[in-house]
Amino acid sequence: MSGSYFQRDRTWHPPALTPSYKTSILRSPSQALLSLPTSLSEETGPVFGHDMLGPLDNDLIRNFAKDGAEAIGQRIVVYGRVLDENARPVRGVLVEFWQANAGGRYRHRKEGYVAALDPNFGGCGRAITDGEGRYEFRTIKPGAYPWPNGVNDWRPAHIHFSVFGHAFAQRLVTQMYFEGDPMICQCPIVRTIPDRAAIEQLVAALDRNATIPMDSLAYKFDIVLRGRRSTLFENRMEGN
Amino acid sequence: MVQRLDHLKESPSQTAGPYVHIGTNPNWVEITGVWKADLGLVLVGPDTRGERVIVEGTLTDGAGALVRDALIEIWQADAEGLHNSPAETRGKADAAFAGWGRQPVSDADGSFRFETIRPGRVPWPDGRLQAPHVTVWIVARGINLGLHTRLYFGDEAAANAQDPLLARIPEPARRATLIAPRTERDGVPVFRFDIRLQGERETVFLDM
Repeated sequence: MSGSYFQRDRTWHPPALTPSYKTSILRSPSQALLSLPTSLSEETGPVFGHDMLGPLDNDLIRNFAKDGAEAIGQRIVVYGRVLDENARPVRGVLVEFWQANAGGRYRHRKEGYVAALDPNFGGCGRAITDGEGRYEFRTIKPGAYPWPNGVNDWRPAHIHFSVFGHAFAQRLVTQMYFEGDPMICQCPIVRTIPDRAAIEQLVAALDRNATIPMDSLAYKFDIVLRGRRSTLFENRMEGN
Repeated sequence: MVQRLDHLKESPSQTAGPYVHIGTNPNWVEITGVWKADLGLVLVGPDTRGERVIVEGTLTDGAGALVRDALIEIWQADAEGLHNSPAETRGKADAAFAGWGRQPVSDADGSFRFETIRPGRVPWPDGRLQAPHVTVWIVARGINLGLHTRLYFGDEAAANAQDPLLARIPEPARRATLIAPRTERDGVPVFRFDIRLQGERETVFLDM
């Protein structure tokens, strides 16, 4: 493989300055970004081996729970594929996820929401994609929670994702939302994304076919990372 | 109408939020026992080849206030200019140097500090050599899409003067925001890289 990565479509991603999400006002660069094609410095990236993972790394119901206990909440499976913009699976890459508990409370020392912590829920997990780019984990569905932006702003239920890809140019952090949640369209963070179709790309579908009967509902969430040029050049006959 | 291209669209980014460390540095926020150690804290071991250096700095917002909840990752070549990545096409990198590091900025003073090595030179797509540099990536509450920038070394004046990326920065004064001045502590070179997200002496950020 050789060749640079597709330029990011920065009209599809949220812009840096989105005043209704107030913290962005002082944390957005005011100068233009310097746009350049990727070099080897960005076309390479770290690799993490499957041997790094523990048996419960993708099981948030149990990975922080005391022996024999489980987290409280609606049990779900979240699964999907990591693809690139050429629709090719992105194999062997680290996907990390974190979330609040069923009541919307995060286990973080700076978090002061009145909803209680669940003593059996930590909120972090990770997986490495398989040969078809698939990942999966099980967890409890996170609750909505209020945040100090507007007087009465609430985040929709969401799970944060961090994805590595094969190149540092593909590094991405995003959030997954749940099909049918009426709070998605009201959220100033969701609405940093200008295009409705782009927002829909972050909404995981309820997948009744993947549910585990009498155990867990399932949501399918595919993630797309930047693609790479595939033109065959005279000086690069191997293509890519 | 024309036929559709069959490219997919990249998943749009969202902010990492104030609690990003739950997912990336759980032990640091006292979520212990899920995995042994947070990833990316240590770059250099006894077998790593190359000159040991420290890169450190702070992160500030458009009002000059310290940003205390960001997460910073770095990515760089080894001492010979090779990346420890299957996408490296030119040879095999030093197995004792992953080249990737990650840490939260301090919630006390917004500072970060990586103990790493001075990277070798990596070619630009046209074959010219880039100056030694470290790729820096920043996510935080209030940052909607991770910010890419680069640290260059203040004691590499000749290489920096020929660097293809630095040469593309239209205002020479802004090039200085990517060049970390060198000091020394206990005989180890220290490169100071203060990142200013917005306003006066705003760091150059990259769309690559």
